Amino acid sequence: MAQRTRYKRGYNFAFLDESSKKELRRAMLKAVAIPGYQVPFASRELPLAQGWGTGGLQLTMALIGPEDILKVIDQGSDDVVNAVNIRKLLVQTTGVATTEDTQRATLIQTRHRIPEEPLCSWQILVFQVPYPEPLRLVEPSEAKTREMHAEADYSRLWVHLYEDIVRWGEITIGAQYPVMVNGRYLMDPSPIPRWDIPRLHMADHLNLFGAGREKRIYAVPPYTKVEPLEFEDYPFRVEDFRGKSCAACGSTSTFLDELLEETTGKRTYTCSDTSYCAKKRAARD
Amino acid sequence: MGYVPIKGGLKAIEAAEELVTYFRLRGGSPPLEAEQIRDQLRLAVDRVMGEGSLYAPFHAAVALKQAEGDVLEASFILRAYRSTLPRLAYTQTVDTREMRIIRRISAAFKDIPGGQLLGPTRDYSLRLLDLELAEEGTTHVKEFLAAYTFRLDSINAPLGLTFPKVVDMLRREGLLEEPVGGDGTGEIPDITRQPLLFPAPRSARLQAMARGETGGLMALAYSSMRGYGNIHPTLGELRVGYLPVRAALEGKGKLVTVGTVLVTEAEVIARMDGGGKGQQPRFTLGYGLCFGHNEVKAISMAILDRAMRSTVKEAPAEDEEFVLYHTDGIEAAGFTAHWKLPHYVTFQSVLDRLRRRQENQGKNEQKEEVTGDGPKDEV
Amino acid sequence: MAQPEKEGNAVSKEQGPVLQVRGLGKFYGEACPHCINSTGPAWESNICPACGTIVACAEISFALMAGSVLGVVGESGSGKSTLVQCLYFDLAPSTGEAFLGSYVGGKKNIFAASAQEKRLMRNKLMGMVYQNPQQGLNLDFSAGGNIAEKLLMAGCFHVGRIRARAGALLEKTEVPLKRLDHLPRFFSGGMQQRVQIAKALANNPGLVFLDEVTTGLDVSVQAKVLDLIRSLQRELALTIIAVSHDLGVIRLLTDYTLVMKNGRIVEQGLTDQILSDPQHPYTQLLVSSLL
Repeated sequence: MAQRTRYKRGYNFAFLDESSKKELRRAMLKAVAIPGYQVPFASRELPLAQGWGTGGLQLTMALIGPEDILKVIDQGSDDVVNAVNIRKLLVQTTGVATTEDTQRATLIQTRHRIPEEPLCSWQILVFQVPYPEPLRLVEPSEAKTREMHAEADYSRLWVHLYEDIVRWGEITIGAQYPVMVNGRYLMDPSPIPRWDIPRLHMADHLNLFGAGREKRIYAVPPYTKVEPLEFEDYPFRVEDFRGKSCAACGSTSTFLDELLEETTGKRTYTCSDTSYCAKKRAARD
Repeated sequence: MGYVPIKGGLKAIEAAEELVTYFRLRGGSPPLEAEQIRDQLRLAVDRVMGEGSLYAPFHAAVALKQAEGDVLEASFILRAYRSTLPRLAYTQTVDTREMRIIRRISAAFKDIPGGQLLGPTRDYSLRLLDLELAEEGTTHVKEFLAAYTFRLDSINAPLGLTFPKVVDMLRREGLLEEPVGGDGTGEIPDITRQPLLFPAPRSARLQAMARGETGGLMALAYSSMRGYGNIHPTLGELRVGYLPVRAALEGKGKLVTVGTVLVTEAEVIARMDGGGKGQQPRFTLGYGLCFGHNEVKAISMAILDRAMRSTVKEAPAEDEEFVLYHTDGIEAAGFTAHWKLPHYVTFQSVLDRLRRRQENQGKNEQKEEVTGDGPKDEV
Repeated sequence: MAQPEKEGNAVSKEQGPVLQVRGLGKFYGEACPHCINSTGPAWESNICPACGTIVACAEISFALMAGSVLGVVGESGSGKSTLVQCLYFDLAPSTGEAFLGSYVGGKKNIFAASAQEKRLMRNKLMGMVYQNPQQGLNLDFSAGGNIAEKLLMAGCFHVGRIRARAGALLEKTEVPLKRLDHLPRFFSGGMQQRVQIAKALANNPGLVFLDEVTTGLDVSVQAKVLDLIRSLQRELALTIIAVSHDLGVIRLLTDYTLVMKNGRIVEQGLTDQILSDPQHPYTQLLVSSLL
């Protein structure tokens, strides 16, 4: 099938040249071998601007084969312009089949969400990462944060969280909540909501994180411990959607987007994972 | 349900692309030819090649056309194109003593071996808007070229000379430090194939700056000149010219000249170095080299090269992480633009935090305020 | 991995010294064979005439028993601060070894430990009070946050317990409890030093360093801080190394004293003995100037 597909203007399959892809796969293997460790790699420029998902996209390009079924989401939705744009580029340069159904996809590239339906061991979830360094919050220098990771010196971030509690009565980090991976490396899970953090823990699938502009790759392999930083007496909490439900499918167990009714000023909620929502509606009807 | 502006992405994108083409062409004037851009927007092409990190004047010209003259955007297009090209070979280190010079000046000495050569420069021209250019026609161009080349022939102008270098002269007299190199291994890292790690060897820093954004490099170099980590520079030599590039191609044993590139080189003589044990104090050197004719970039680069070698890191220009992380135009522009992408999920998450915080605040109104800056207590 | 054999001052029941230092030296420069022989008090200099290397300290050896207080006295440039900064791993020594009774039973040179082990030793087995509170405290963290840092590094992840411990320490060091959540940036110098002391004691360290702790303070405040240190030392049976240029401080605090000059120890012995019968001319000068 791959042989039959004509790609745009004579570009290589999945855009990047093969030696670049090989280099990326080597970096990914290292990342899988050391869960949560940020592997530096020589990020390539893509036809997509940096900051728009070039890290995730490079991982996808290096992984994708002609038989893959691809799903691309942004904010949980398949339809957001950026997701559409990335999917378009990948289809143009590979000719692979795409899907919106989480359970059919072999390879899922995402920005800011983990799909609501649990993934299986044969699926790979690729995250787009804007800031790979969780310690940047307390230390601006890259040379220093690398040393802190090497020595597992995370005390300054802990004090930051302690001060947060003293000042505000709780930890104020919204999305992009720092986690410990495999009991060793502190990791930025990308700006996913806290809602998604527990779903990284001991997952069946492989999670790969790509930061193109910052030139780092890291991974949470299947069945790996992922623990949000929390105090014994101030446990980690996900976003609170109690008493709220999706206006479209009625779900009370999903991450919800908030909508403001233009005329009435009323707040309503819908699932952020649009394909899950559609599936649920279809099953109901 | 409310209006969701993000839906129907594919159609919207296609329509937007069509509109871009329309806006580019709607004036109805004849289309620009890539050759015209390459020849007549020479300096824009040079900037795009430098920042796009690919020496390809024709491709750079097409990129400029595609980007409607936005130099950053054009560089970005060229960089992305570069990612599709396999690396076939590494060229030999060039020796700028071989440069066929079109312009060469020194601010350090009045008289330099070979002499000052002003070359094509606007430095001493008054920047009066030349409205006559609006009237320029093909006949004018032909007449000028015929007359100018006739004069060139008649005076037998020695174009394309090579010159001895000012820094060599200083070194011979022991006034200038010897070249200081890479990471000590003798290897030159390729920052397009190996990530830039800190502390970075000087060769990696120079590579990163060679593809840096002109304005960004200039802003940081200017901060150094104004006193934030001043290196007290003197322009030892600035040269612009053509350099042969040689490489050992696979399958062919010996070196072949694969082409000629136009480059700008700046050597800035900077503040003295105390000199170690048994050494005399010497001037130090800041070095800049970039594709094309781009003097501001080469000089900025040379100043930053020297500033980053400071042992104290007090000013932004002295901090290599600060300089190198923030001067890649393609990275910076991409990330700046990414704020236009939706951030609904993260915003929802912070919103959740804020609301809870407001609730807590209500509950704690009575309780003592806990933030830190009370009055000074004595022991 | 640094495994403290027993928590904090329980070490006092261990046999052998809390700390043993052998041949410690710190050089700034390329160093040459002449450095040691051509610097020191006999030369009135710590700069090597042959290569220009600064010999900040050299040939420092001593042992420290549990529950005792060792004073290090000398003028600025004598190498006394360099010595404690090397022992607290703020500086890497150029030569020498040191053994900490609570680290691998005093059998392994602490300078040869990995960076990770060194940090563990610093956090769990040692405490430091610097002359300048900016060095020992993060002025943008609350007083409690500063103490919390030490407790967090020792694995306590319970906000309530951290606050209880921090509160108790502040009480002990006579800082009003209501200051717990305030930024030390806005504290007086004396109170900053008290917070530093509280932080240093957070994990019941077996060894505490005091580097010119009273130097920047008003005389009346100095006396109060010294009183505090003395009573804490007695109450907790702390083992302390106190560095000072002020023989008065040394007299008040210490049992045993090293006198340093130009990077070397010129005299050592019981503090009382040194004060009543100084042997080295430099010590004699110091003592005679003491009121």
